[in-house]
Amino acid sequence: MGKLDLPAEVSASAYNLPDTTGHFGPYGGTFVAETLIAALDELRDTYESLKNEPAFRAEFEYELKHYVGRPSPIFHARRLSEAAGGAQIYLKREDLNHTGAHKINNVIGQAMVAKHMGKPRVIAETGAGQHGVATATIAARLGMECVVYMGSEDVKRQAANVYRMKLLGATVVPVECGSKTLKDALNEAMRDWVTNVANTFYIIGTVAGPHPYPMMVRDFQSVIGEECKWQMPEMIGRQPDAVIACVGGGSNAMGIFYPYIPYPDVRLIGVEAAGHGISTGMHSASLCAGRPGVLHGNRTYLLQDENGQIIETHSVSAGLDYPGVGPEHAWLKDCGRAEYVAIDDEEALAAFHKTCRMEGIIPALESSHAVAYAMKMAAGMSKDAVLLVNLSGRGDKDMHTVAEKSGIKF
Amino acid sequence: MSRITQTLSALDGAGRKALIPFVTAGDPDLSVTVPLMHTLVEAGADIIELGVPFSDPMADGPTIQRASERALLKKVSLRQVIAAVAEFRTRNTTTPVVLMGYANPIEAMGVDAFADAASAAGADGVLVVDYPPEESREFAKVVRAAGLDVIFLLAPTSTDARIRAVGEIGSGYIYYVSLKGVTGAGHIDIDAVSKRIPLIRDMVGLPVGVGFGVRDGASAKALASVADAVVIGSRIIEEIENSPADEILPRVKTLLSGIRAAMDSVEVTA
Repeated sequence: MGKLDLPAEVSASAYNLPDTTGHFGPYGGTFVAETLIAALDELRDTYESLKNEPAFRAEFEYELKHYVGRPSPIFHARRLSEAAGGAQIYLKREDLNHTGAHKINNVIGQAMVAKHMGKPRVIAETGAGQHGVATATIAARLGMECVVYMGSEDVKRQAANVYRMKLLGATVVPVECGSKTLKDALNEAMRDWVTNVANTFYIIGTVAGPHPYPMMVRDFQSVIGEECKWQMPEMIGRQPDAVIACVGGGSNAMGIFYPYIPYPDVRLIGVEAAGHGISTGMHSASLCAGRPGVLHGNRTYLLQDENGQIIETHSVSAGLDYPGVGPEHAWLKDCGRAEYVAIDDEEALAAFHKTCRMEGIIPALESSHAVAYAMKMAAGMSKDAVLLVNLSGRGDKDMHTVAEKSGIKF
Repeated sequence: MSRITQTLSALDGAGRKALIPFVTAGDPDLSVTVPLMHTLVEAGADIIELGVPFSDPMADGPTIQRASERALLKKVSLRQVIAAVAEFRTRNTTTPVVLMGYANPIEAMGVDAFADAASAAGADGVLVVDYPPEESREFAKVVRAAGLDVIFLLAPTSTDARIRAVGEIGSGYIYYVSLKGVTGAGHIDIDAVSKRIPLIRDMVGLPVGVGFGVRDGASAKALASVADAVVIGSRIIEEIENSPADEILPRVKTLLSGIRAAMDSVEVTA
């Protein structure tokens, strides 16, 4: 028996993090230089006043329905389930959203906040380019100036997405500092924001950064889990036994986990990128193999050396290639409400190919990590158990990576 | 009374303003750091801000980030930076040293271990860029109990309530960030700074140093006319970056002496 009868009031009072200062237990917070505090205070106050305002909610829901194409369906992956040989695997199809991933949900919400604050310019950081494309898309839709920071290594690796952003009217700035990847793009976007805060809104792409970002991004993404909560009973008459999502920064996972936190019978499982394997040190599994520290405005699990320097990460999927993780995941791990596991590059690629061949769905390499773990887990479960996987994005962007792994050149 | 407070009140008594250069420890090499600190003192530094390298210096501009990257190529750690302070102290027991950096290397070492080691080495203060007052009450308590001053940043956008909060837990001096943006950027609006500093000094009860945007003798002189101390960082690091190894010390000395002379030409009015 699921927990359908749990009243909404109970769930609201049982879990009400973050606290007013943005902390999830010892994690989260506002670890930024004084120069950014006023901007964050203004954002927090604006968001607090907007988030329950009926007109704002209505506009957000309108955009999600008519521009993004929500609700996204849930699909019973029968052949994958059969191949796994146990539990039934269901896929929440975030890959069918406009721009091809869950990222757009959050970006629409933040762009609406920016518009409300009268900021005509938006900036974003991007790794693989998905968040950058989503931000450029909304900026075009709302007639805003858009600047996207991207590590120069990623600019080379993701040429198609760079072109996409330019088509949409955005300026892409290659970042040459540090490791020239996502974390450096984030540093650079923060610097732009602190310099141009009067006319600029910083759209962060994941549930990390200083308060209120982890909370705000989670709230906008929680539409994913909210839909699942009524879609699953409609399809199978109950909630799933487990919800599984990949975790880089962790926004698609928080989006599907958050509404399920008050349902103790639903296991929440986050899947990190084990890269070449945790033991090789070449991975991105902050929760499985990192330790707490302070980076990018919040306290959370980090991949760092013994001197507290942030180390370079690896994953076949650029979207999981980040040395930190959202602070709410850190808290859910420590308090035991969610479990975190890791899937390596090879396992993710195998799941990618299986999903292509057996279901006619080309998943993002990020999402393939979640599919891979679901198939592993399903094998040991009974046929009436149900696993709900957040298929967070489509894999068109990964054609080059996958082809290269198979020794094919276009 | 801490070495920082002693130094600043002696200068105040003499009608002079403090010159506070910033350099990153281990840039370009740890062997340069201690001789460089002595050179800074010879050129007229009153307090030294010694940067602890960090992989992700979010509040700094590209110049200071490059300094961090050069130091990290040589694997310079917080413990080595503290050891450099101890070595500096064998020849200099009067010039205060403030360790300036980011939270994560300190947390990785452990706050208690850090406070004890820094204090034993003869460091005088700590400025953690990403520890605003609301996230650092416990840290400030531990560090002050070890006899170190805790220095906070204030910005043009800081509210009165925040300035007072800094006054409650900060000590030594206030580092006032004179412009929006990151270290090494743009130009300073002297008029705006001159209006703000007396208000902050009154609310906090500490001397106020100004930094972010000091490029030369003229900007240092203008700030010295309104502030208690002038902090200069990126410009010195550019000099280090552009000098052959054997010319770093003389070139930095020339640069800083020039700034000192310009500052001292300020006529102090009561």
